[in-house]
Amino acid sequence: MITETSTYALTTRKLTLAYEGKVVIESLDLAIPTGKITILVGPNGCGKSTLLKGLGRLLKPIQGVVYLGSESIAKLSTKVIAQRLGLLPQGPTAPEGLTVKDLVSQGRYPHQGWLQQWSKEDEKQVNWALSITQMQEFAHLALDNLSGGQRQRAWIAMTLAQDTEILLLDEPTTYLDLAHQMEILDLLYDLNQQQQRTIVMVLHDLNQACRYGDHLVAVKAGTIYDQGHPTQVMTAKMVQEVFDLESRIVSDPVAGTPLCIPIGRKGGMTSVVSCLNV
Amino acid sequence: MKQQWLILRPPGLPMSFHLDHRVPGIVVGLVIATFVAMVVSVGQGEYYVPPVAVIRTVLGLETDNPDYAFIVMTLRLPRTLVAWGVGMGLAIAGTITQGITRNPLASPDIVGVSDGASLAAVTLIVLFPGFPTALIPLAAFGGALTVAVLVYLLAWQGGSSSVRLILVGVGFSLIAGSLTNLMVTFGNIYNVSQALVWLAGSVYGRSWEQLNVFIPWLLGFGCLSLVMSRDLNVLQLGDQVARSLGSPLELKRGLLLLSGAALAGSAVATAGNIRFVGLMAPHLGRQMVGPSHEGLLPVAALTGGFVVVVADLLGRLLFAPIELPCGLITAIVGAPYFLYVLIRDRNS
Repeated sequence: MITETSTYALTTRKLTLAYEGKVVIESLDLAIPTGKITILVGPNGCGKSTLLKGLGRLLKPIQGVVYLGSESIAKLSTKVIAQRLGLLPQGPTAPEGLTVKDLVSQGRYPHQGWLQQWSKEDEKQVNWALSITQMQEFAHLALDNLSGGQRQRAWIAMTLAQDTEILLLDEPTTYLDLAHQMEILDLLYDLNQQQQRTIVMVLHDLNQACRYGDHLVAVKAGTIYDQGHPTQVMTAKMVQEVFDLESRIVSDPVAGTPLCIPIGRKGGMTSVVSCLNV
Repeated sequence: MKQQWLILRPPGLPMSFHLDHRVPGIVVGLVIATFVAMVVSVGQGEYYVPPVAVIRTVLGLETDNPDYAFIVMTLRLPRTLVAWGVGMGLAIAGTITQGITRNPLASPDIVGVSDGASLAAVTLIVLFPGFPTALIPLAAFGGALTVAVLVYLLAWQGGSSSVRLILVGVGFSLIAGSLTNLMVTFGNIYNVSQALVWLAGSVYGRSWEQLNVFIPWLLGFGCLSLVMSRDLNVLQLGDQVARSLGSPLELKRGLLLLSGAALAGSAVATAGNIRFVGLMAPHLGRQMVGPSHEGLLPVAALTGGFVVVVADLLGRLLFAPIELPCGLITAIVGAPYFLYVLIRDRNS
């Protein structure tokens, strides 16, 4: 289903975004590689969520352009964009009593019309999204009755049912315990590996970002501090300058990707080294 | 897996629909209940008409009493049909209001839209007597839309809290109510008495003429709302999700707002402000068929119609021969219900 038309799924040119009258992102050039997992990291308030909204046309730029493939996003109809790009905002809420299947089927909205409201294709995509997120057994339960992890999986299933080549996710793992965080990240990784979907997400956990990201973008005060493969971007200097945090970067003993150990007041150089046994 | 949906895919046609499996049964049940209530209602009164005679008269068949035709067809049937239609209009307007504001407490009478309609209609009656009846719904629609847009601008921009919406709405209700009182106080006594009968929220003395003026509004905007049920479903998920799913949000919300104001305004123009129907009907509907609007809109509409028909019947039976306006009955039931929802949502 994916046709590799361009190296970059999304590109921004001199993008300036404002949120509530305040400029958050200024004159930003960014290219999101097609078929890869790109992860935006940065401290609270640095503008990474705003940037994601700008990429997903939820925020209209004050200046600059976002290109979807080679077309300016401002010139495409919102429905056409929704057939190619799905976005899951942070902490979405659903009305009381809505079932998982009701929710997931809303993902088909951009593919439907007044007369065509539930085609075989719609049914197929919804069932696929439910099964890949392992939500089939909960399909007929109301969202209010599910755990946080299940609810988040249901929302992701809705975004997947949209059947888009690009997925933008704003902190898909917030409010989840570690096991559920890994479950969501593994699911997204599988989607990327098996179907070459382009995924862009905001993550808070730097180590998860390094483990799952092909392309890491460190955002600082509305600009890009650095971007590239996690091994290049994740340095003690970057963490110091972007997060204002002293840290030590070691190799993740499981995956070999960079692992950031914050030092803080309690940590000392020796204890970090000894406990990691490197 | 339990089959919870009914799927309609006529072979060879480019169309397909799905509905909650409970919808057809509930629709049939509500239609039957409403039919029974209407037959009883038409039969009741100073001059009793037995149910069979009511049905025969409506169908144009011979009955044993030639007076029945006049009583049923001229005096009572239009009144009951107005009650039904107005109830449906208010219920659809309430469902739309709750859907686009994502607020279970919102309904046209609570956020001041109905009072805006009342004010506009009373102004027309008092200041410009001798206008054609067909213009009242138009004026009421104008008043309803004005308040709806003002409340929208002041309260619910940027997804503001539900309590704020209600408070701003109540404020507008009071302002519109005071201005209406002002009109009534200073207007010509003959025009005012005409306005007062109508302000109470009653279907008393409604004729075919008023019904015929109302029907195009109900059908037109009722169908528009039903066609937009998919859009309402998406709007319920919040602005950001709706936009991501490709909904042209401002356009859809604008059309729905217009539709809700038109239904509330024309209903108020026809029968005054029958309160709490727009609040209760969507709640009852959701309890029966869930929150998806393809099924919820028709079910809520039929529920609202049934409630007003029954309220009108009760208003005539309870203290006969004194007649209570049906708006009073719906308020007696609806006000505690509103408080219940308020308290329940505070705790959740």
